[in-house]
Amino acid sequence: MSAKVQVQTTINNEPVEFLCEPRQSLLECLRDIVGLTGTKEGCGDGNCGSCTVKLGDRIVTSCLVLGVEAAGESITTVEGLAHGSTLHPLQKAFLDHAALQCGICTPGFLIAADALLQKHPHPTEEQTRFWLSNNLCRCTGYDKIIRAVQAAAIEINGAAQ
Amino acid sequence: MKAFDYAAPASLPEAVGLLASQPSARLLAGGTDLLVQLRSGRKEADVVIDVKKIPELNEIAFSPAGGLTIGAAVPCYRLTADASIQSHYPALVEVASWIGGTQIQGRASLGGNLCNSAPSADSIPLLIALGASALIAGPAGSRSVPVEDFCTAPGRNQLAPGELLVSIQIPPPAPFSGAAYLRFIPRNEMDIAVVGAGAAVTLSNGVIAGARIALSSVAPTPLYVPAAGESLVNQMPTAEALETAAKIAQEAASPISDMRGSAAYRRHLCAVMVRRALELAVARALEIN
Ligand SMILES: Cc1cc2nc3c(=O)[nH]c(=O)nc-3n(C[C@H](O)[C@H](O)[C@H](O)COP(=O)(O)OP(=O)(O)OC[C@H]3O[C@@H](n4cnc5c(N)ncnc54)[C@H](O)[C@@H]3O)c2cc1C
Ligand code: FES
Ligand code: FES
Repeated sequence: MSAKVQVQTTINNEPVEFLCEPRQSLLECLRDIVGLTGTKEGCGDGNCGSCTVKLGDRIVTSCLVLGVEAAGESITTVEGLAHGSTLHPLQKAFLDHAALQCGICTPGFLIAADALLQKHPHPTEEQTRFWLSNNLCRCTGYDKIIRAVQAAAIEINGAAQ
Repeated sequence: MKAFDYAAPASLPEAVGLLASQPSARLLAGGTDLLVQLRSGRKEADVVIDVKKIPELNEIAFSPAGGLTIGAAVPCYRLTADASIQSHYPALVEVASWIGGTQIQGRASLGGNLCNSAPSADSIPLLIALGASALIAGPAGSRSVPVEDFCTAPGRNQLAPGELLVSIQIPPPAPFSGAAYLRFIPRNEMDIAVVGAGAAVTLSNGVIAGARIALSSVAPTPLYVPAAGESLVNQMPTAEALETAAKIAQEAASPISDMRGSAAYRRHLCAVMVRRALELAVARALEIN
């Protein structure tokens, strides 16, 4: 086994330090070392998007990032979306629109949708579907997720001009 | 995943030195191929060398005289957001927005796409069509290889032990030139090309002065078909001329049958995709200038 590495990073606006093996994915580090289990593992090979986190200025699948690569970066996980006990408008819209059933895909969809709404305040349905094409859901059939994201866009950014 | 050490050299000489001293090292750019292969055991490494801290591998530089330099580790999401690429190389923006989905594009680089050297790699036919070259650094100094000569077999390329890809260099777009890459996939996103076609044309007084055509997923490596482009030279871009070029490209293909399509289906698609890519490239050559 190779020597463990000390990683200093920022997670959900808090400085965090953890010790990991270089071979461990960021997903493993978040869940098993830091104890943030909101981020889920589905496929482990970049296809399903359930492990999506924000890394710096873009979203990534954390199963395809090494924990050591987080050094000096800023990460947002699903735990960073709510303010205390007030849900993020996307979280609320997912509940209101029944955009989840088993829920394993939900943290990834929330992080990806949050990044979408920061880039496109009023995304079209097509933009939304393309942006979320790296996120799989085996339960909902996607439609309710799309409606929830559109409702949250209006809640956050007002009605489109 | 088997244990390995991690290094993130901050300069090119440091990276070349490290690579030369570590025969079982693997280079990490976005990791969207490498980490999948290490996890599945298809590849092994004692050391993973992260190339993203090397300045030359992170730059995007454009000048009207010199053309475009894309650092080997620049992720797709930076390419699609770059104003000079958007205005001078629209086809490159399209390819970068088709590799995987949003999250994959947050990591995946064109350097990694080229060095992984898959026959299906989406960026390679377009890079060949655009006349791109690969700048390589190694213990013996640096050298430049045309992208069409870079891949040698599935997953294999020209890089000698100790060498790494520094950047991809694309010539400046000529006046009245246009390029396109189109792929056929069963879904709209997140799938591997059944057939992909890249084309670039330059017009002069309405006549084709030069054309380059390349294909993906129809041969052991991305396939450059010089004769297809040459057939167009001194021709008007008529439907017949484009169809003839497409047929020549089709004949050069040696596709296999797999779960995505039979060899006969792929062969049929070759002509269709090349013709459509040429049509789009010609339309762009006429509109941009
Ligand atoms: C879900 C998913 C969807 C995908 N969809 C597509 C798709 O639509 N089209 C497509 O073409 N590909 C696709 N891919 C494959 C992959 O994303 C691309 O090939 C990507 O461009 C690889 O870039 P990377 O930076 O992640 O490379 P890495 O994985 O970091 O590296 C790839 C290979 O190149 C080597 N390497 C990296 N940098 C250098 C360098 N500077 N010098 C020498 N060698 C180097 C590595 O050692 C490795 O062998 C997909 C992958 C996933 C997981
Ligand atoms: S677990 Fe990372 S993409 Fe599926
Ligand atoms: S709610 Fe079950 S996978 Fe999406």
